This record gives sequence, C-alpha cells and structure tokens, in this order.
Amino acid sequence: MGANEIAANAAGVDNPEASEAAAGVAVTSEAAGARGGTSVSLRNLTRVFGATRALDEMSLEIAPGELVALLGPSGCGKTTALRIVAGFEYADFGAVLIDGKDISGVPAAKRDMGMVFQSYSLFPNMSAQENVAFGLRMRKVGGATRRKRAAELLDMVGLAAQAGQFPHQLSGGQQQRVALARALAIEPRVLLLDEPLSALDAKVRLQLREQIRTLQQRLGTTTLFVTHDQEEALSMADRVGVMRAGRLEQVAEPAELYSRPATAFVAEFVGTMNRLPAELGGGGTAVTVLGVTVPAQEGGPSSGPVDALVRPENLAVAAAEDGNGIVTGRTFLGAVTRVAVRLSGDTEVAVDVSSAAAAAMAPGTAVQVSIPEGPVLVAARTSD
Amino acid sequence: MAALTRAIESEAGTPPRPNRRPRSLPGWRWAILLITAVYFLLPLWGALRFSGVSAFGAVISEAGFGSSLWLSVRLAIVTTAITLALMVPTAVYVHLRLPQLRRVLDSITILPVVIPPVVLIIGVLQITRVAPSLQSSPYLLALEYVILSMPFAYRSIDAGLRSLDLKTITEASNSLGAGWVSTLWRVILPNLTTALLSATVLTVALVLGEYTMATLDLFQTFPVWIVVNDQVSAQVSVAASLLALFVTWLVLMLITLVGVRNSRRRGGGEVTLFTAAAPQTIGN
Amino acid sequence: MPESTNTVTAPGSRADPGAGRIQSAGRRRPAARAAVRAVARYAGMLPFTVYVVLGLVIPMIAVAVGAFQDPDTGAWTLHNIDIATHGVYLTGFRESIILSVVSAVLPAIFGLLIAYAISTARGRGGALLRQVTITASGVFANFGGVPLAFLFITTLGSSGIETQWLKDIGWDIYAGGFSLYSVTGIVVVYMYFQIPLMVLVILPALEGLKPAWREAAENLGARSWSYWRYVGGPVLMPSVLGATLLLFGFGLSAYATAQALTSGTIPLTSIQIGSFLSGNVIAGQGNVGKALGLGMVVIIAVVMLFYILLQRRAAKWLR
Repeated sequence: MGANEIAANAAGVDNPEASEAAAGVAVTSEAAGARGGTSVSLRNLTRVFGATRALDEMSLEIAPGELVALLGPSGCGKTTALRIVAGFEYADFGAVLIDGKDISGVPAAKRDMGMVFQSYSLFPNMSAQENVAFGLRMRKVGGATRRKRAAELLDMVGLAAQAGQFPHQLSGGQQQRVALARALAIEPRVLLLDEPLSALDAKVRLQLREQIRTLQQRLGTTTLFVTHDQEEALSMADRVGVMRAGRLEQVAEPAELYSRPATAFVAEFVGTMNRLPAELGGGGTAVTVLGVTVPAQEGGPSSGPVDALVRPENLAVAAAEDGNGIVTGRTFLGAVTRVAVRLSGDTEVAVDVSSAAAAAMAPGTAVQVSIPEGPVLVAARTSD
Repeated sequence: MAALTRAIESEAGTPPRPNRRPRSLPGWRWAILLITAVYFLLPLWGALRFSGVSAFGAVISEAGFGSSLWLSVRLAIVTTAITLALMVPTAVYVHLRLPQLRRVLDSITILPVVIPPVVLIIGVLQITRVAPSLQSSPYLLALEYVILSMPFAYRSIDAGLRSLDLKTITEASNSLGAGWVSTLWRVILPNLTTALLSATVLTVALVLGEYTMATLDLFQTFPVWIVVNDQVSAQVSVAASLLALFVTWLVLMLITLVGVRNSRRRGGGEVTLFTAAAPQTIGN
Repeated sequence: MPESTNTVTAPGSRADPGAGRIQSAGRRRPAARAAVRAVARYAGMLPFTVYVVLGLVIPMIAVAVGAFQDPDTGAWTLHNIDIATHGVYLTGFRESIILSVVSAVLPAIFGLLIAYAISTARGRGGALLRQVTITASGVFANFGGVPLAFLFITTLGSSGIETQWLKDIGWDIYAGGFSLYSVTGIVVVYMYFQIPLMVLVILPALEGLKPAWREAAENLGARSWSYWRYVGGPVLMPSVLGATLLLFGFGLSAYATAQALTSGTIPLTSIQIGSFLSGNVIAGQGNVGKALGLGMVVIIAVVMLFYILLQRRAAKWLR
C-alpha cells in the first residue's frame, strides 16, 4: 500500500461527481471489478463457551464488493462471527479465508481490515484528523500525505470542519462518521461493521445508513455488517444472513428473504407475520386455512398441528355481514392502515389495506378475511 | 467436545483441527507478579522464623493485648459507622443534585491522604483543649479516623454510584411513591453493597493499622500497644506485628468473601477497593 | 435529609402546591426565590461540610495560626518560621523531599506494572488473581509504622535473615554501603505500602481504558508498542502522574515507619514534628513544630494543585 497508490486513489475520490454520475447500485460490480475486490469465506466456524454454542458450524461466502448483513437477535452469534473475522476472537473449529487464503493464524493487526465498533472507539487523546490518520501512521505513511488523506476522508463523510476537534466534543453520529473514515483510510480489503448505528438516535441512524451504503458502493469494499435491526439490514445489504443460536437460517437478497422466508423464525423475525391455525392435507403438500385449501410451501412440516404464516399485506379483508371475524382495531400507518381482526377461533390477525378502504371498517364491523391462492408458508404450531 | 468432533467429522469428512488460542497471561506478567510476591512475602516469612511460633502464644497472654485490641475494634466499628453515615448520603446527594461539585468533592476528599496525620493531630489537640471531656475520650480518635478514611471510603462509594444510573432509579422510586429515606434504604443502598463493602474494608484496615495519631493522642490502641510492648522481648514484638497483619487480613478476607458471595447472587460486580467493577455480561 | 422547595424531582415534596402557594410565590421576587432554592440545594452538603470544617479545616488553621505565634506570649512573630527554614530543619525538608520523590516514582512504576498485569488477566483465574491482589493491597497499604519496621529489621537489618542469606552467597550489602537505617533503607521499606497504594489508585484508571480502543488500534495495524505509545500511554498519563503525586504526598507525611527505623537519627520533617509533640522542646521554640507543619502543608498544597489539574485532564478523556 505505497504512498503513490494512496495518492492515486485519493485523486479518484476527489471526483465524486464523476462516480456519482454513474449513480445507483450499478457502481458496485464496476468498482469492484476495477479495484479487484476481496472475497471472504467463512467455513464451518464453531465457537463453544462451556455448554453454549455461540457459533455452530456457520458458513458464509461473501463476493467481492458485496455488503452482507448478519441479522439476528442478541446472543445469536453474529458479533462473535464478525470478531472472528476481525481477529479479536478465535474459532474453536473452522476457518476464515480471504481471497482463498486461510487467515486464521494471522494476527488482527496484520489482517488489513477496517472495523467500525458500536461506540466509543475513537482514541480520546487525538483529534478527529489524527484518529483518521492513525492507520496510515501505522503503515509508515509520511506526515503530509497522512494529513491530506485524512482530510479527504473527513470531507467524504462530511466532517471537514471538525477535523481538529476531539471525540468528547463530537456528537454520537459525528463520532461514528469519524470512525468510518478512520476504517476506510487504510483502504481495507474488508470493511467490518459491528452494529455501528445502534447507539445513535433514529434520525441520525437513517442519515448514516445512507452514507455508509453510498460510500461502500462507491469504494466497492467487501463489507460484513452486523445488526439486530431488520430495517437496517434490508435497506442496506446486497444479501442478508439471518442467524439464530449460532446458525445461519437463511442467506438471501432482502426481497427474497421477505417474500419467501425459509423458516418460521426468519418469517417472523423479518417483517410482521400472522399465524393462522391450519390443517395439513395431501400428505403435507396442501394446507387448509380460513376454509380454503392452498398449496403448502416446500420445506414445512408434513404432519402434526400447524399454523399458516401469512403477511398482513397478503391477506384481504372486506366488510361482510356473515364474515369470519370482527374488527377490533385500526392502526393508521400512512398510505396503509393495519386492521386488527379477531377471527371466529379467537385468533388475532393483522391485515394491511389502503387507508381509504379501512375508513369503512370501524371496530366492531363484521368482516371476511381471505387469503390469496398462492403457496403458503407452514410451520409447526407453537403453544404460545 | 467429543460429540462435537464426531459430528463435524461425519459431516465434513475430514477431521477438525482445534485452533490454537493465546494464553491468558503472557510470561513477563508472571515474572512481575512473582517478584512482587517475593518482596512482600519474604519479610513476613523472615519475621516468622525470627519470632518463632511459640511467641504468638506469648503475645496473646501479654497484658494489654485484649484491651488494646478491643479498643481498636471498637474504634473501627464506630469509625466505619460514622464514615458510611456521612459519606453515603453526601455522595448520593452530590450525584443527584450537585453534579458540578463532584470534582470539588473529589479534591477535598483526597486531602486527608496527604495531610500529615502528625500535623492533623497537633491541630486537633489544640482545639479540643477547650473540651477536656472530648479530649480524654478515645472516640475523639474515631472522629479523626473518619477524616483519614474519607479518601478511600468516598472513592469506593463514588465508583459504586457511577456504575448505577442513579438519577433514573431514584426518579423511578419516587414516581412509585417512595420518600427520600425509603429510596435510600430500599433502592440505593442494596445496589451499593459492593461499594459499601469496599469502603468498610478500607476503613477497618486503616483503623486497625493507625499508629501515629493514636500514640500522639496517648491512647493505647492495638498498634500502639505493639510498640509499647517492644521493651519486653523482640520476638514477642515481631510476633505481635505479624499478628496485627494477620488479624487485619482475616477481617478483610471475611468481609470480602461475604461481599463476593452476596454480589454474585445478585449479579453484582467484583469487590475492588477503589471501584466497583461492572458486572459481567455475556456478549453476543 | 433536606428537602428542596421547588424542584420537580425532590422526593417528599408536596405534589400539588395549590393555589395559595402560587399566589404567595408570585409575590416574592424571582431573584430571591432563586437564591432560596440555591441555598436549599446546598443545604444537603451541610453535614459533610461541618464535619470537614471541624475535623480538618479548623485543626489546619490552628496549626497555621500557631506557627506565627510565640508559645509563651501569644504575640505574632516570624521567629518560628525562621527556625523552621534553617539549619537542621532545612536539612529535614530536603531529606524528606528526596525521600518522598524516590519513594513515589519507584513504587509508581512497579504499582503500574502490577495493576496492569492483574487487570488484563482473563477468566476465572484472572478474577481470583485480581481479588487476592486487591485485598492484599488493601491490607498492605495500611500496614506501616512499627510493625512494618520490625518486619524489615528482622529481614534486612544488619543481622537480619535476608542479609545473612545474601552474605552466604557472597554479597555483603552492609559492607557495600547499604543500611536499613538510611534514606535508602527507608525507601525500601516505604515501598511496602506505596506499591499497594499505587495499585489501588491506578486500577480504576486502567479499567477506564476501553477495550474498543485497543481493538481499534490493532485493527488499524498497531501492535502493543504502538498502542501504548499513541493511545494507552497518553490517555493514562494524567492518572499515573496524579497517582505519583499522591504517593509523594503520602511518603512525605509518613511518620511512624521512619521514626521506628531511625529514631530520629536522620533529619526528616515528619519525625521532627513528632518530637515536638512528645515534648522534646527547646525553651521558646514550642511552636516551631507548627511552623514545620505549616511548611509541609504548603509543599503538599502545591502538589495537590498539580494533582487537581491532572485529574481534570484525565476526566475529560476517560469520561
């Protein structure tokens, strides 16, 4: 990573208009190809703490220039996996490969990855600029070049004016932007983000989300992003991996994750999901729910008591005198209103309808809830 | 582990290699701790060899042993009670209502450490000349010991308070109808046990070892008695010194053990004498 | 416990002031109201303040005043100060300061290393190590005076056990100029309580070093040395210096240990003060002890000033 390379890259960064003119998502693969991005491979990572398995043979392939989000509840192992990639923790079994090479024995300081921590990771005794320049200093880059590069990066994250300020003088959002600039300053092969937005307030979170994604696409850096916020994951990532209890339940593009969840856990973790009592038929290939028989999605249970999982926007509701339910409430969400209906079996469902249509369904109205024709996700009934 | 190994073997088809992990304490740290241990333990052992085990028996049967030890213990109890009663409400009050005074308080409470007790006792004797009854009571010493223990006690309590979200739990308690005293007694204090323990431990250690002020104030506390008894026999004196150390250690260990057991039950932190270390949380 | 009059969060305050109160409050001028509120708030500090004033401030004032008074007539005089800053007393100050500096810097280094060693130990064994070390530090930090002196006399004294061992392996330390009863010897003995004190004081600062800083530094390519040089060291420095100052003050004010070891053969200010109290007084010099005390307090006040400034810097960074 010579000084010349850095200068050349800096020149490229200095022309944001040019690259942003290309705009949009297309930048990803082009930039990646141009810079020869890095592929990351997690193979059978396992980490055991006494009786608990923090990671249970977790495997994941990340393509060059891709942003993959690891999503899951706390304790699912996503941060452990990230820290193993970074080199701060060791897997009991399994390996991490970068561009095909096993880096399990490489110390964290030599892995050439940039990491953004959840909070308070800026060095308190250095100004923002000195923080950003730190990685370059470690790589023996000369003072003037260092400062120039740091200034450019701070400019990239919109904090050029704060270059001389110290961390305790910056807000949470500003600190995280500096942390991002610091991680990117070393032109890392891989960018690692450990819930970087969790400690920030909502508005700042949204702004930073966009900024991180834009930067990542422009630079084409392979990125692994850990979060428990599904909105974050869905809006930012190329692919999302949902984790539970140390295992990856599904890795897919956001749209597919949402519309075709592979397991009940994924279905309920991502977005809202209704659970409707149902009966299996035809040896598990069909299911009867709300009086209608529809095909069952593959991969579900083939016997036993089951529930059908349907999204609120996939249900239809209309006022009907002899309907199968009664409206118990309405929640105005803007263009859409979520109508809560109690079905005749005491099941509560939520149905999304246009707000105009919902106006006619005051609480107490008798309605008919129906499901569309397509395959429906089926899961074993849980006793809640 | 064996089951895991077999499972992986059957799935992957190749035997798994457990990865190497770094040791928890590199070599040079053991060296430092070893040298330190030698420096501290050697004189103890040397003294033990010098005085002989029988001297301990002689110490206990010496005149004045019981009474001076009892005086020291009484002083320790009184000092600790006054210190806690004074410092805990003050610390809580400053945390809640006068946060700008925290630094001032910090600086004031560090003074007793560096004000020579010698100097302090001169002043005390001077002003208590007007109250002879106070001057002739050993509890005057306790009153001064409170000043001496302030730095350590305050620091422990302050650290404990800092690890709580004091403002929030106080407001929660008030909103549920508890008065000031109730809040202090039922909400704040139970969450401070670790810190209170640290403060107690340090205060007791201080009182049991304080010599300067006691001797210049002409009271025969345990440390003073040890010196006075020097005339009898060198071995007995050394044995008495070791005994003093041992007694202090014992008291501290007991208090600490009780505290650790209690705090582990409640999920609290370690008993560290100037801070309350944060409770361990399992990361994800 | 005091009750504040108007703050919302005051526990036990009347929930609804009621119309009558609002009326009367409106009649009082706002400035006066604010003043009353402020006084009420500070009232909570009363017990503590009273205690400190009675137990600390007034004795110190008594010493300061007495330093300027003639012991027989009570008239104002600089005679005491004059004696206290010359001759054997001046030597005493010099020796005390040298002693205190050495017995602050050396233990500071050792204490820091020990504290670091135990604060980074991981796992169950690490927690146990920390517990044992901290308790031991609490015991030894307060172990001083005659018992400590006895301990060292039996081991490093001229006929002590360690001295014998060293002689057996061919190293006669007393022939080489060492003496337990010299300033060097006192330093060795002082380490016994200075090191534990350092450990206790610096541990919180060490624990204030966030692991995220270390990891971020590593992630950016820094190895141990670079981390300490650029991040850990600078952040820790104010606390370390502050702790060293504390040790200096502690060493300066120590009395019993030095007294037991030297019995006054070495001029040290604290011992000289002590001898005034035990009645070893030349006629007309009764208050020189107070002048000496004043001198010590002045030195320590200067030290404390630097300590406070350093703490301010440390607090800013360590949050």
